[in-house]
Amino acid sequence: MSLELKNVSKRVAGITHVKETSLTLQPGHFNVLLGETGAGKTSLIKLMAGLDSLASGQIILNGKDVSRLSAQKRNISLVHQFFVNYPHMSVFDNIASPLKVAGIAKSEIEGRVEEAANILKLKPYLSRKPNELSGGQQQRTALARAIVKESDAVFLDEPLANLDYKLREELRDQLPELFAGRGAVVVYATSEPEEALLLGGQTALMNDGHVVQFGPTADIYRKPRDLEAAKVFSNPPINVAPVEKRGEAIVLSEEISWTASGAAVGLSDGHYTLAIRPNHVLPVETPAHSVRLDGHVLVTELSGSESSAHFDMDGHAWVSLSAGVHPYSVGEVHAFFLDPRHCFYFAPDGDLAA
Amino acid sequence: MRLKSLVPALYILFLMLPIYWLVAMSFKTTNEILSGFSLFPQTWTFANYREILTDPTWYWGYINSIIYVSMNTVISVLVALPAAYAFSRYTFVGDKHLFFWLLTNRMAPAAVFALPFFQLYSAVGLFDTHIAVALAHCLFNIPLAVWILEGFMSGVPKELDETAYVDGYSFPRFFVTIFLPAIKSGVGVAAFFCFMFSWVELLLAKTLTAVEAKPIAAVMTRTASSAGYELGLLAAAGTLTIIPGAIVIYFVRNYIAKGFALGRV
Repeated sequence: MSLELKNVSKRVAGITHVKETSLTLQPGHFNVLLGETGAGKTSLIKLMAGLDSLASGQIILNGKDVSRLSAQKRNISLVHQFFVNYPHMSVFDNIASPLKVAGIAKSEIEGRVEEAANILKLKPYLSRKPNELSGGQQQRTALARAIVKESDAVFLDEPLANLDYKLREELRDQLPELFAGRGAVVVYATSEPEEALLLGGQTALMNDGHVVQFGPTADIYRKPRDLEAAKVFSNPPINVAPVEKRGEAIVLSEEISWTASGAAVGLSDGHYTLAIRPNHVLPVETPAHSVRLDGHVLVTELSGSESSAHFDMDGHAWVSLSAGVHPYSVGEVHAFFLDPRHCFYFAPDGDLAA
Repeated sequence: MRLKSLVPALYILFLMLPIYWLVAMSFKTTNEILSGFSLFPQTWTFANYREILTDPTWYWGYINSIIYVSMNTVISVLVALPAAYAFSRYTFVGDKHLFFWLLTNRMAPAAVFALPFFQLYSAVGLFDTHIAVALAHCLFNIPLAVWILEGFMSGVPKELDETAYVDGYSFPRFFVTIFLPAIKSGVGVAAFFCFMFSWVELLLAKTLTAVEAKPIAAVMTRTASSAGYELGLLAAAGTLTIIPGAIVIYFVRNYIAKGFALGRV
């Protein structure tokens, strides 16, 4: 089983929504589409689901060319970001609807709906209407409808984006086991890098209508192919600054430089773009966080267990993200320390150099 | 508090006064109506109603009206549903202009169309039939129904359509079993307005009929008979004319508020 995209693209009224894309998605793990709003995730999902027609290319599901098949004939499931259920049907009928349409016997439908409702803790609400449920329960109903059918592919288009924090965590923990052992290709679109890391599997980074990088999630987090990939896979945004390699040293400015380590040792002299994730720029000095940056603090944010500070250094905007609560005074100069081992160096054409 | 309830009370009183007067008159004899001012009927009579409900020239007026109004409502809604779906779900060349043009049909007075309709229907043999009036009223009611339904349909997210397709619903099955129930209040409001406009429209209905399909409003204009003005009879006919509208309003009253909220009524 697999879902294969071959040079797939989509254009609407002369505007390219999805540039030529080739991907091979496998079952057994989550295939995450990660990108900002407007990166083309939903457009790509609609193409895979057969809700939009291709401008070019082929889609092959389980070895069968489904490029010209309508959504009805593809044996797939889809969960939207908004809680979409059939408003006049009870939760039971909602979950049962794909089975009823497929003409499955009533007795079997009851058993399968019950099973799906059990897994998603919807048993007490089967006779209710969707608008009598909470947002989390409504989205569970949509998920139940997606798993009750033995689909070849399941598309989840930011299914947790409209849920509140707690429900989102709860449901996210449950998602992998929900689809484990079903043999369906699971595609999960999200705009949050964190979610991609939590759900693991494979990730396709999307930006501006094309796939920037595709591979095992941890790999592409650790080794972004180019600057674009690094930018997509970072929240808050990754820090970027021009640096120069001079002999042994990496020179950020006349005052700030450090000795190249790791893969950076092999870099030839010249100009590079440095990128470092905000969680490797801390407000305290440690043996690893040894390179001192003095910056004007512009904005600080406190999100429970984490503090972030946006600061300006020589006209470049930087972000620091650290665990715990740190007292920053906005407008004053504060010392930050970066960990040179976690720096990425990109060549002028954008490709990862070290 | 006094003033607060006094103003609406007075307003309602003024609104209800002509209707009360009509109902009161319908229970009076024509002599009593002409003899002077009386707040209540001095001698109650059901003769006016009895006359209307037994005289075929009267009650066939009602039946004719109900037939062509029902025909018109069904045709208008059935034609408007797919049109409204197209306007709400698809973009095509000139869609906005076409949508606006539909509305402009409502701006022309009925009198403009009376002559061409009369000539055309006479020529093709549709004159004095129920379907003639029903079709003529479509000119106003289909654009109205499209306008109302488009508003309700656009309130249903496109994701509902997509979910149904992915679940395996064919388009007709989706439209009837999922989409229609989702916009049923819109269908109710559209049907109500079609019913009302067709029920109260007089000019076209009168011009396009003679005997066979003569509407009640046209029957009512023959009050000045050889016996003079039969005001009691006319009042009874008027009272009976209000009733169907009142019944329909009662059933769709909750939906109309929603229609207003969408700005489509």
